[in-house]
Parts: sequence; C-alpha cells; structure tokens
Amino acid sequence: MTTTDIRPQTGRSAAVRRPSRLLRNLSSKVAMLPLIFTALVIFLGGTIWTVVYSFTKSGLLPRLSWAGLDQYERLWSSRKWIVSIENLAVYGVFSLIGTLVIGFTLAALLDRKIRGEAVFRSIFLYPFALSFIVTGLVWQWILNPELGLQHVVRGMGFESFTFDPLNNPNIVMFGLLIAGLWQGTGLIMCIMLAGLRGIDDDIWKAARVDGIGTVKTYIRIIIPMMRPVFVTSLVLIAAGIVKLYDLVVAQTSGGPGISSEVPAKYVMTAMFGGQNLGQGFAASTMMLLMVVIILIPWAYLEFGGKRRG
Amino acid sequence: MANIGMLNAANAVTMPLGRTLPEGPRGKKPRKRLSRGNIIVYGTLFVVALYYALPLYVMIVTSLKGMPEIRMGNIFAPPLEITFEPWVKAWKEACTGINCDGLSRGFSNSVRILIPSVILSVAIASVNGYALSMWKFRGSEVFFTILMIGAFIPYQVMLYPIVILLREAGLYGSLTGLVLVHVAFGMPINTLLFRNYFASIPEELFKAARVDGAGFWAIFFKIILPMSLPICVVAFIIQVTGIWNDFLFGVTYISSPDRYPMTVQLNNIVNSVQGVKEYNVNMAATLLTGLVPLVIYFASGKLFVRGIAAGAVKG
Repeated sequence: MTTTDIRPQTGRSAAVRRPSRLLRNLSSKVAMLPLIFTALVIFLGGTIWTVVYSFTKSGLLPRLSWAGLDQYERLWSSRKWIVSIENLAVYGVFSLIGTLVIGFTLAALLDRKIRGEAVFRSIFLYPFALSFIVTGLVWQWILNPELGLQHVVRGMGFESFTFDPLNNPNIVMFGLLIAGLWQGTGLIMCIMLAGLRGIDDDIWKAARVDGIGTVKTYIRIIIPMMRPVFVTSLVLIAAGIVKLYDLVVAQTSGGPGISSEVPAKYVMTAMFGGQNLGQGFAASTMMLLMVVIILIPWAYLEFGGKRRG
Repeated sequence: MANIGMLNAANAVTMPLGRTLPEGPRGKKPRKRLSRGNIIVYGTLFVVALYYALPLYVMIVTSLKGMPEIRMGNIFAPPLEITFEPWVKAWKEACTGINCDGLSRGFSNSVRILIPSVILSVAIASVNGYALSMWKFRGSEVFFTILMIGAFIPYQVMLYPIVILLREAGLYGSLTGLVLVHVAFGMPINTLLFRNYFASIPEELFKAARVDGAGFWAIFFKIILPMSLPICVVAFIIQVTGIWNDFLFGVTYISSPDRYPMTVQLNNIVNSVQGVKEYNVNMAATLLTGLVPLVIYFASGKLFVRGIAAGAVKG
C-alpha cells in the first residue's frame, strides 16, 4: 500500500535527514486521530468486545467467566427470539421485494418525461425525511381499528370490512410493512431515478428502431444495465432491515403479545431492560452474523471480481 | 418537443417505423398528451401520491380537531371547527411520567444535542476527507476501510462497549456523551462524502500550494474549505435529519427523562399507557417532532436528493 507521490517531507535534497516514519506527514495523522479512534476503538474494538463477551456468563454486569455457547443455546431456545427471527424474515422478504419493485416502478414512471415531476418526487420522498418514530405513530393512528381506516370504510357501508393489522398477530408485520415502505421507498426511487437518468438515450432509440415495446425495453434492456444500482439498493435495504427497531417500538411496541418482536428489540430488552447482558451480546452477535452473510457475497461480487478481471 | 410527442405515443411498436421519422416538423401537431399510456402513467402516479401524502394530511387534520369530533367522525374528514388547543397542549402540557411541561423540553434537548453534533461532525468529516484524499499515509486507507465496514455493523453490537467507554469518561447519561456518539456514527457517511468530493479537486491546485510553502492546515483553510461549501451543505442536511430523527442512541445514552431528545419524549407521550388517549394532541406532538426535518427537506429541495444519492450510490 504505497500511497501517493506527494508525500510532504520526502522530496527534499538527500542531505536533509529523513524524519522517522512515524513523524512523516504528522499533521495528517493528528488530524485523523478522531477517525482512527472511531474506526479502531469504537467500531473494531467494540465489535470484538461484544463478540467475546457473548461467550460469557455476563448478567447484570459484563464479566469474563467463560460460558461457551450457553448464551447461544438459550437464545435459540427462546420463543421470543425465534418469533423475532421469523418476523424479520417475513418483513425482510416483503420489504426487499416491495421496495425494489415500487422504487423502480415509480422511478420509471417519473422518467417518462412527465409534467410535475418535481412535485411527485417531493411527495414520494418526504417520508424519508421523517423519523421512524413519527412514521410509526402516524400509521398506528391511521390503522387504529376503532377510529382509523377500518372505521371509515365500514362507515361507507362495508360493515364487515376488516383491516386491523395492529391488533391481529397474524398480519401485524404487514402493518409495519405498510409504514416501512411508506418511509423507505422514496430513497430507492431516487437512486433508481439517478440510475435511469444515467442511461444513454441512444439505447432507447435503438430499442424503438428495433420495435421493442416500452415495458419490454425496461425488463430486457434497462434493468440488466442497471445491475450496479440494483445491487447498491439491495445492500442499503438489507442493512436497513436488520436494524429495524424504532418503527416497531413506536407502532406496536412488539405487540400484540410478542407477535411483532424483532431481533434489534430483543437485544435492547436483554441489555437494558432485563439486565441480561450475555443474551444481549449473543443476540447482537447473531445480528452481526446476518449482516456478514448479506455483505460477503456482495463484497465478493463488487470487489473480488474487479481485482481479478 | 417532438421527442416528447414520440415518447408519449407510448407503445412505439404500434407505429409504423417510417412515420416516426419525418424529414422535418411537418404533418399534424403531436397533440397526444392524453394517450392511453399517458393516462396510465399519470393515474398511477396520482394514486401512489395519495398514499404518500395521506399520513401528512391525516396528521394535520387530526391535530386541528377537538376530541369529540375525532370520536364521532372520519379521520380523513377536514375539521369542522379548527382548534389550536392540541398544539398548545402538546407543546406546553403533555405529560411524560412526572414531567408535564410538554414537548418543549424535548425540543430544547434535541436542539442542544443537534447543534454541537452537526458542527463537530461536519468539521471532523471535512478534515478526514481532506487528509484521506490529499495527505495519505501508510495505513490511512486501512483505517478508512474499517470505518466504512463499521457503517454496516448493526448499532446494537457496539452499544454496550460505548456505554463502558462513556462511563469511564464520566459522560454516560449526559448530552455531551450523546453528542460524541452522534459524531462517531455520522463519521463514515460524511467522511466518504468529503473524500469523494475532494478527490475531484485537481491535483495541480494542491501542488501549487505546496510549492508556495503552505502546510496541511493552511491549504485546508485557505484553499479547500472555501471550495467545499456545496458538500458542506449536503453533509449538514444529512446530519441534521439523521441526528434529529435518532431514537436508539437517545434512549440508550441518556439516563434521565429530563434530558431525553424529542423523538424519545414523543414516543413516551404517545405510547404511554396511562390516561385517556388524546389523539389530536398526539398528532400535534408527532407533527411538531417531524417539523424540523420537514422544513429542512422542503427548503433544501434538490440538495437533499443530491445528499442521499451521493451517499448511497457511491457507497
């Protein structure tokens, strides 16, 4: 990793004694101290610390008494954790597909050289500026079974209309999904729109000359060309899904019962609610593992392939 | 213009090839604004826009109604009698636990967290980006890579070690501690932003300054900083919305309810189990909390988009 050709102290005459390695480029190193501290101590050190302590008996306080895989065994035999994982899987799959499909469709529609594009775009994107707490609370109110959407539709004459995801354990994750999609699709739409704008107009002309329909052009030509954009979106969405926490706290508090618990919430309860640190560390290590599983194939495709090619 | 006409005839397949390419603007005017394809496009956009706009509308409408009207009516109906009572109550009187002085407390806490966090993180990130793109040293890229990988690690993994660090420093539970946490977690995205921006500055400029004898800080303050206003604004937008909307760090690193940021207090007000639910007050409180990022969003317009796109696409 030899870095640059513009290293400050080296270019002088040979008579000047070379300063020691460590002192070379000193101001830059000093300026980067906050970054170095954050990267090494907080990110790297913190992660290693948590992983190590997930193999201990830590309860109220962290302590280094080895417990092997006990915490993990307890974790995976906990009903609440299993429910959390299942919920995250359901939410994850639907959120991933939903965000990609809606995000791309909206971007494609906005890219049809329509009038009022700026207005539509700001409407689709403003939820992204709001916090998950605000998002969760608004949708909690709209989905309120006694006074919200269900009440209004019933008032219009459909007496048996039922849509109460926040009270129904079977579909509560879809209640969260409606809110999550509302908040997050705007971002993906913007990224997709930037991707679509980057596609050469000649491609469209060529497709038209060949007599390929609009929809078919998108599916067969444009989407394959936008592979990097899709991969970026995928990673962004996936990383966001694993973090899912605030929305659940605000919208359902994990209820009804434990039917909308998620791993991040399990961690928080174990660490700060139940004073059960070991469980919290084990559960957060599992979350880390999920991210690693998502990221490694991506990093391999993105960076591993390039180096070889 | 002709281009629009052609695209609007959405399914170009249906058109015989020869006719789409006349020698000049001859023949009938391309007045196909309301073709079938167009109706579908606008119709879909309009319906979807309703879904996106609805919650904001419901928040506003609900916050202006009285409770009797809410219990009787329809959440989508506009208020019959507009009242600002819920707003006043949300701001000044809403209760969280024993404190009944409303969201104003959370607001001032959030402001006191926001200002130092944003200034510090933009300052540090700009220096980082500058050092990373122009004053590389052995290992600088390694630190940067670790930082960027760290951005993908779930926060929960690092929460407890930071509790220990803050406790050792005597900052656990204080606003200062929370500010430092925000600075640390905002560092990856902002450093990336500045680094990419500075990478596009021509090297000659830097070399010329070196020849004139300018050092690390002189070049930064006299040449680089004046050039980086646009990217500073983008970083500012990302940080303001991100820090204002934070819940997780606020709830973890603030120990006393007096010092909770606005989002945490809002959640405590609305999801409290005691007392009668006052939906109008809740919605006024929710809207108040969302106001700062909304103002930033609508005021910054394209810069907001550029900010998130720059952060996302290059990441």
